[in-house]
Amino acid sequence: MQVYGTELASRLLLGTALYPSPTDMAEAVRASGTEVVTVSLRRETAHGEDGIQAGQQFWGLVQSLGVRVLPNTAGCHSVKEAVTTAQMAREVFDTPWIKLEVIGDSDTLQPDVFGLVEAARILAADGFQVFPYTTEDLVVAGKLLDAGCEVLMPWGAPIGSGRGLNNPYGLRSLRAHFPNVPLVIDAGIGLPSHAAAAMELGYDAVLLNTAVAKAARPAAMAAAMARAVEAGRLAFEAGPMEARDMASPSTPLLGMAAFS
Amino acid sequence: MNIIVNGKPCTIRSATLADALVELGYGDARVATARGGDFIPAAARAACQLQEGDVLEILMPMRGG
Repeated sequence: MQVYGTELASRLLLGTALYPSPTDMAEAVRASGTEVVTVSLRRETAHGEDGIQAGQQFWGLVQSLGVRVLPNTAGCHSVKEAVTTAQMAREVFDTPWIKLEVIGDSDTLQPDVFGLVEAARILAADGFQVFPYTTEDLVVAGKLLDAGCEVLMPWGAPIGSGRGLNNPYGLRSLRAHFPNVPLVIDAGIGLPSHAAAAMELGYDAVLLNTAVAKAARPAAMAAAMARAVEAGRLAFEAGPMEARDMASPSTPLLGMAAFS
Repeated sequence: MNIIVNGKPCTIRSATLADALVELGYGDARVATARGGDFIPAAARAACQLQEGDVLEILMPMRGG
Protein backbone atom coordinates (compact mmCIF):
# COMPACT_ATOMS: atom_id res chain seq x y z
CA MET A 1 0.00 0.00 0.00
CA GLN A 2 1.31 3.41 -0.91
CA VAL A 3 0.18 6.71 0.57
CA TYR A 4 1.70 9.99 -0.48
CA GLY A 5 4.66 8.12 -1.92
CA THR A 6 5.29 6.11 1.26
CA GLU A 7 5.14 2.34 0.98
CA LEU A 8 3.45 0.64 3.93
CA ALA A 9 3.67 -3.13 4.36
CA SER A 10 1.09 -3.25 7.15
CA ARG A 11 -2.50 -2.33 6.30
CA LEU A 12 -3.42 -1.74 9.93
CA LEU A 13 -3.09 1.73 11.42
CA LEU A 14 -3.44 1.96 15.17
CA GLY A 15 -4.41 4.67 17.63
CA THR A 16 -2.47 5.33 20.82
CA ALA A 17 -5.33 6.45 23.09
CA LEU A 18 -7.42 4.80 25.81
CA TYR A 19 -5.00 2.01 26.78
CA PRO A 20 -4.83 0.98 30.44
CA SER A 21 -1.18 2.02 30.51
CA PRO A 22 1.66 3.20 28.25
CA THR A 23 3.09 -0.31 28.46
CA ASP A 24 -0.17 -1.78 27.16
CA MET A 25 -0.08 0.70 24.29
CA ALA A 26 3.49 -0.17 23.37
CA GLU A 27 2.80 -3.91 23.50
CA ALA A 28 -0.29 -3.50 21.33
CA VAL A 29 1.61 -1.49 18.75
CA ARG A 30 4.29 -4.16 18.56
CA ALA A 31 1.74 -6.99 18.40
CA SER A 32 -0.20 -5.26 15.63
CA GLY A 33 2.80 -4.96 13.35
CA THR A 34 1.56 -1.51 12.40
CA GLU A 35 3.85 1.02 10.84
CA VAL A 36 1.63 4.03 11.55
CA VAL A 37 0.14 5.22 14.83
CA THR A 38 -2.11 8.19 15.39
CA VAL A 39 -1.25 10.85 17.93
CA SER A 40 -2.65 14.19 19.00
CA LEU A 41 -1.81 17.50 20.61
CA ARG A 42 -3.32 18.51 23.90
CA ARG A 43 -2.90 20.84 26.82
CA GLU A 44 -1.26 19.03 29.68
CA THR A 45 -3.89 18.02 32.19
CA ALA A 46 -1.47 17.89 35.13
CA HIS A 47 0.14 21.09 36.38
CA GLY A 48 3.81 21.88 36.67
CA GLU A 49 6.80 19.81 35.78
CA ASP A 50 5.00 16.46 36.09
CA GLY A 51 2.54 17.37 33.38
CA ILE A 52 5.23 18.58 31.05
CA GLN A 53 7.16 15.36 31.64
CA ALA A 54 4.12 13.25 30.77
CA GLY A 55 3.86 14.70 27.29
CA GLN A 56 7.55 14.32 26.65
CA GLN A 57 7.58 10.76 27.97
CA PHE A 58 4.69 9.80 25.70
CA TRP A 59 6.53 11.19 22.73
CA GLY A 60 9.70 9.37 23.75
CA LEU A 61 7.79 6.11 24.00
CA VAL A 62 6.24 6.54 20.56
CA GLN A 63 9.62 7.31 19.06
CA SER A 64 11.08 4.18 20.62
CA LEU A 65 8.50 2.07 18.77
CA GLY A 66 10.02 2.91 15.41
CA VAL A 67 6.71 3.73 13.71
CA ARG A 68 5.49 6.67 11.68
CA VAL A 69 3.09 9.06 13.34
CA LEU A 70 -0.12 10.39 11.90
CA PRO A 71 -1.16 13.41 14.01
CA ASN A 72 -4.85 14.15 14.17
CA THR A 73 -7.03 17.19 14.64
CA ALA A 74 -9.44 15.30 16.88
CA GLY A 75 -11.97 17.43 18.68
CA CYS A 76 -11.81 20.33 16.25
CA HIS A 77 -15.23 21.66 15.29
CA SER A 78 -14.22 24.47 12.95
CA VAL A 79 -11.96 24.95 9.97
CA LYS A 80 -9.90 27.48 11.90
CA GLU A 81 -9.33 25.10 14.82
CA ALA A 82 -8.40 22.24 12.53
CA VAL A 83 -6.00 24.29 10.42
CA THR A 84 -4.24 25.78 13.44
CA THR A 85 -4.00 22.38 15.13
CA ALA A 86 -2.57 20.87 11.96
CA GLN A 87 0.05 23.59 11.74
CA MET A 88 1.02 23.01 15.36
CA ALA A 89 1.15 19.25 14.84
CA ARG A 90 3.39 19.57 11.80
CA GLU A 91 5.96 21.41 13.86
CA VAL A 92 5.83 19.19 16.94
CA PHE A 93 5.75 15.85 15.13
CA ASP A 94 7.88 16.94 12.18
CA THR A 95 5.63 15.40 9.54
CA PRO A 96 3.43 16.76 6.74
CA TRP A 97 0.90 14.01 7.43
CA ILE A 98 -2.31 15.07 9.12
CA LYS A 99 -5.41 13.06 9.93
CA LEU A 100 -7.94 15.79 9.36
CA GLU A 101 -11.01 15.72 11.55
CA VAL A 102 -13.60 18.50 11.53
CA ILE A 103 -16.39 17.29 13.74
CA GLY A 104 -19.94 18.33 12.95
CA ASP A 105 -21.95 16.56 15.63
CA SER A 106 -20.94 15.90 19.21
CA ASP A 107 -23.08 12.81 19.69
CA THR A 108 -22.06 10.86 16.61
CA LEU A 109 -18.72 12.62 16.00
CA GLN A 110 -19.85 12.72 12.38
CA PRO A 111 -17.55 14.79 10.18
CA ASP A 112 -18.64 18.27 9.12
CA VAL A 113 -17.92 17.49 5.50
CA PHE A 114 -18.30 21.10 4.38
CA GLY A 115 -15.67 22.27 6.84
CA LEU A 116 -13.59 19.21 6.07
CA VAL A 117 -13.33 20.03 2.37
CA GLU A 118 -12.48 23.66 3.10
CA ALA A 119 -9.81 22.73 5.67
CA ALA A 120 -8.39 20.08 3.35
CA ARG A 121 -8.03 22.64 0.56
CA ILE A 122 -6.22 25.08 2.85
CA LEU A 123 -3.88 22.46 4.26
CA ALA A 124 -3.08 20.76 0.95
CA ALA A 125 -2.20 24.14 -0.54
CA ASP A 126 0.12 24.66 2.44
CA GLY A 127 2.03 21.46 1.73
CA PHE A 128 0.22 19.09 4.08
CA GLN A 129 -0.48 15.50 3.10
CA VAL A 130 -4.05 15.22 4.27
CA PHE A 131 -5.78 12.04 5.48
CA PRO A 132 -9.40 13.21 5.77
CA TYR A 133 -11.77 11.50 8.18
CA THR A 134 -14.94 11.56 6.12
CA THR A 135 -18.17 9.72 5.39
CA GLU A 136 -18.87 7.36 2.50
CA ASP A 137 -20.51 10.20 0.53
CA LEU A 138 -19.32 10.00 -3.08
CA VAL A 139 -19.65 13.70 -3.84
CA VAL A 140 -17.73 14.70 -0.73
CA ALA A 141 -15.06 12.17 -1.65
CA GLY A 142 -14.69 13.73 -5.08
CA LYS A 143 -14.38 17.20 -3.59
CA LEU A 144 -11.74 16.03 -1.13
CA LEU A 145 -9.72 14.61 -4.01
CA ASP A 146 -10.16 17.88 -5.91
CA ALA A 147 -8.91 19.69 -2.79
CA GLY A 148 -5.66 17.78 -3.00
CA CYS A 149 -6.21 14.70 -0.82
CA GLU A 150 -4.57 11.55 -2.14
CA VAL A 151 -6.15 9.22 0.39
CA LEU A 152 -9.65 9.05 1.88
CA MET A 153 -10.66 7.72 5.28
CA PRO A 154 -14.41 7.06 5.46
CA TRP A 155 -15.93 5.98 8.73
CA GLY A 156 -17.25 2.48 9.22
CA ALA A 157 -19.41 3.64 12.13
CA PRO A 158 -19.20 6.43 14.73
CA ILE A 159 -15.86 6.71 16.51
CA GLY A 160 -15.60 4.36 19.46
CA SER A 161 -18.95 2.67 18.75
CA GLY A 162 -17.52 -0.69 17.71
CA ARG A 163 -20.49 -1.23 15.42
CA GLY A 164 -18.50 -2.28 12.37
CA LEU A 165 -19.54 -1.25 8.88
CA ASN A 166 -22.87 0.57 9.11
CA ASN A 167 -23.26 1.05 5.39
CA PRO A 168 -21.55 -1.70 3.41
CA TYR A 169 -23.43 -0.70 0.27
CA GLY A 170 -22.16 2.88 0.48
CA LEU A 171 -18.62 1.75 1.21
CA ARG A 172 -18.71 -0.71 -1.69
CA SER A 173 -19.96 2.06 -3.93
CA LEU A 174 -17.16 4.38 -2.80
CA ARG A 175 -14.61 1.67 -3.53
CA ALA A 176 -16.04 1.15 -7.00
CA HIS A 177 -16.11 4.87 -7.81
CA PHE A 178 -12.51 5.48 -6.82
CA PRO A 179 -10.68 2.24 -7.63
CA ASN A 180 -7.23 3.82 -7.64
CA VAL A 181 -7.47 6.00 -4.53
CA PRO A 182 -6.12 4.56 -1.26
CA LEU A 183 -9.15 4.10 0.99
CA VAL A 184 -8.84 3.51 4.72
CA ILE A 185 -11.74 2.60 6.97
CA ASP A 186 -11.34 4.90 9.95
CA ALA A 187 -13.52 4.45 13.02
CA GLY A 188 -16.26 2.11 14.11
CA ILE A 189 -14.36 -1.17 13.95
CA GLY A 190 -15.10 -3.30 17.01
CA LEU A 191 -14.13 -6.81 16.05
CA PRO A 192 -11.60 -8.54 13.83
CA SER A 193 -14.52 -9.69 11.66
CA HIS A 194 -15.38 -6.02 11.02
CA ALA A 195 -11.82 -5.33 9.94
CA ALA A 196 -11.81 -8.38 7.69
CA ALA A 197 -15.12 -7.30 6.15
CA ALA A 198 -13.67 -3.88 5.35
CA MET A 199 -10.69 -5.45 3.66
CA GLU A 200 -12.86 -7.93 1.77
CA LEU A 201 -14.64 -4.92 0.25
CA GLY A 202 -11.32 -3.92 -1.25
CA TYR A 203 -10.37 -1.23 1.21
CA ASP A 204 -6.66 -0.63 1.38
CA ALA A 205 -6.32 -0.42 5.15
CA VAL A 206 -8.09 -0.07 8.47
CA LEU A 207 -7.45 2.49 11.19
CA LEU A 208 -8.72 1.60 14.64
CA ASN A 209 -8.06 2.35 18.28
CA THR A 210 -10.82 1.63 20.78
CA ALA A 211 -11.36 -1.98 19.73
CA VAL A 212 -7.80 -2.78 20.75
CA ALA A 213 -7.33 -0.36 23.63
CA LYS A 214 -10.56 -1.40 25.36
CA ALA A 215 -10.09 -5.12 24.89
CA ALA A 216 -9.36 -7.07 28.05
CA ARG A 217 -5.96 -7.91 26.56
CA PRO A 218 -5.02 -5.16 24.11
CA ALA A 219 -1.92 -6.81 22.69
CA ALA A 220 -3.82 -10.02 21.98
CA MET A 221 -6.59 -8.09 20.23
CA ALA A 222 -3.99 -6.14 18.26
CA ALA A 223 -2.58 -9.43 16.98
CA ALA A 224 -6.09 -10.62 16.12
CA MET A 225 -6.80 -7.43 14.21
CA ALA A 226 -3.57 -7.74 12.28
CA ARG A 227 -4.47 -11.25 11.17
CA ALA A 228 -8.01 -10.20 10.26
CA VAL A 229 -6.73 -7.36 8.12
CA GLU A 230 -4.29 -9.67 6.40
CA ALA A 231 -6.95 -12.36 5.88
CA GLY A 232 -9.41 -9.84 4.49
CA ARG A 233 -6.87 -8.48 2.07
CA LEU A 234 -5.87 -11.95 0.90
CA ALA A 235 -9.54 -12.78 0.39
CA PHE A 236 -10.09 -9.64 -1.68
CA GLU A 237 -7.10 -10.42 -3.84
CA ALA A 238 -8.26 -14.02 -4.19
CA GLY A 239 -11.58 -12.86 -5.67
CA PRO A 240 -14.48 -14.05 -3.49
CA MET A 241 -17.30 -16.07 -5.01
CA GLU A 242 -20.65 -14.45 -5.78
CA ALA A 243 -23.29 -14.97 -3.10
CA ARG A 244 -26.60 -16.48 -4.20
CA ASP A 245 -30.00 -16.92 -2.64
CA MET A 246 -30.57 -20.61 -3.33
CA ALA A 247 -28.46 -23.67 -2.66
CA SER A 248 -26.11 -25.00 -5.27
CA PRO A 249 -24.74 -28.49 -4.63
CA SER A 250 -21.01 -28.71 -4.39
CA THR A 251 -20.89 -32.48 -4.88
CA PRO A 252 -21.50 -33.47 -8.53
CA LEU A 253 -24.96 -34.87 -9.26
CA LEU A 254 -23.68 -36.64 -12.35
CA GLY A 255 -22.96 -40.24 -11.60
CA MET A 256 -25.18 -40.54 -8.55
CA ALA A 257 -26.42 -44.01 -7.79
CA ALA A 258 -30.09 -44.79 -8.45
CA PHE A 259 -31.58 -46.86 -5.60
CA SER A 260 -35.14 -47.10 -6.71
CA MET B 1 0.89 41.24 32.50
CA ASN B 2 -2.24 39.16 32.68
CA ILE B 3 -2.82 36.62 29.95
CA ILE B 4 -4.72 33.36 29.45
CA VAL B 5 -2.63 30.19 29.10
CA ASN B 6 -4.40 26.99 28.12
CA GLY B 7 -7.69 28.42 29.30
CA LYS B 8 -6.49 29.66 32.68
CA PRO B 9 -5.66 33.19 33.86
CA CYS B 10 -1.96 33.74 34.37
CA THR B 11 0.28 36.64 35.37
CA ILE B 12 3.71 36.75 33.77
CA ARG B 13 6.68 39.11 33.61
CA SER B 14 7.94 38.03 30.18
CA ALA B 15 7.46 40.27 27.18
CA THR B 16 7.87 37.64 24.47
CA LEU B 17 6.40 34.22 23.86
CA ALA B 18 9.84 32.62 23.98
CA ASP B 19 10.55 34.09 27.43
CA ALA B 20 7.05 33.20 28.62
CA LEU B 21 7.63 29.53 27.83
CA VAL B 22 10.71 29.55 30.05
CA GLU B 23 8.94 31.47 32.80
CA LEU B 24 6.00 29.07 32.70
CA GLY B 25 8.33 26.11 33.15
CA TYR B 26 8.23 24.59 29.69
CA GLY B 27 11.95 25.07 29.16
CA ASP B 28 13.01 23.25 26.02
CA ALA B 29 10.03 20.86 26.09
CA ARG B 30 8.58 19.83 22.75
CA VAL B 31 5.56 22.12 22.49
CA ALA B 32 3.57 23.93 19.84
CA THR B 33 2.25 27.41 20.43
CA ALA B 34 -0.63 29.55 19.26
CA ARG B 35 -1.72 33.06 20.17
CA GLY B 36 -5.25 34.22 19.63
CA GLY B 37 -5.97 31.10 17.62
CA ASP B 38 -3.06 31.62 15.25
CA PHE B 39 -0.11 29.24 15.09
CA ILE B 40 3.18 30.78 16.20
CA PRO B 41 6.12 28.72 14.88
CA ALA B 42 9.02 28.08 17.23
CA ALA B 43 11.26 30.29 15.12
CA ALA B 44 8.90 33.24 15.62
CA ARG B 45 8.49 32.98 19.39
CA ALA B 46 11.37 35.29 20.28
CA ALA B 47 9.89 38.04 18.13
CA CYS B 48 6.34 37.45 19.33
CA GLN B 49 5.59 40.35 21.68
CA LEU B 50 2.88 39.48 24.18
CA GLN B 51 0.14 41.91 25.12
CA GLU B 52 -2.21 42.22 28.04
CA GLY B 53 -5.11 39.82 27.60
CA ASP B 54 -3.40 37.57 25.07
CA VAL B 55 -4.77 34.05 24.82
CA LEU B 56 -2.07 31.40 24.45
CA GLU B 57 -2.31 27.71 23.69
CA ILE B 58 0.73 25.60 24.53
CA LEU B 59 0.23 22.04 23.33
CA MET B 60 2.21 18.84 23.73
CA PRO B 61 2.30 15.39 22.16
CA MET B 62 -0.52 13.27 23.50
CA ARG B 63 -2.28 10.00 22.88
CA GLY B 64 -4.68 10.05 19.94
CA GLY B 65 -6.97 7.90 17.87
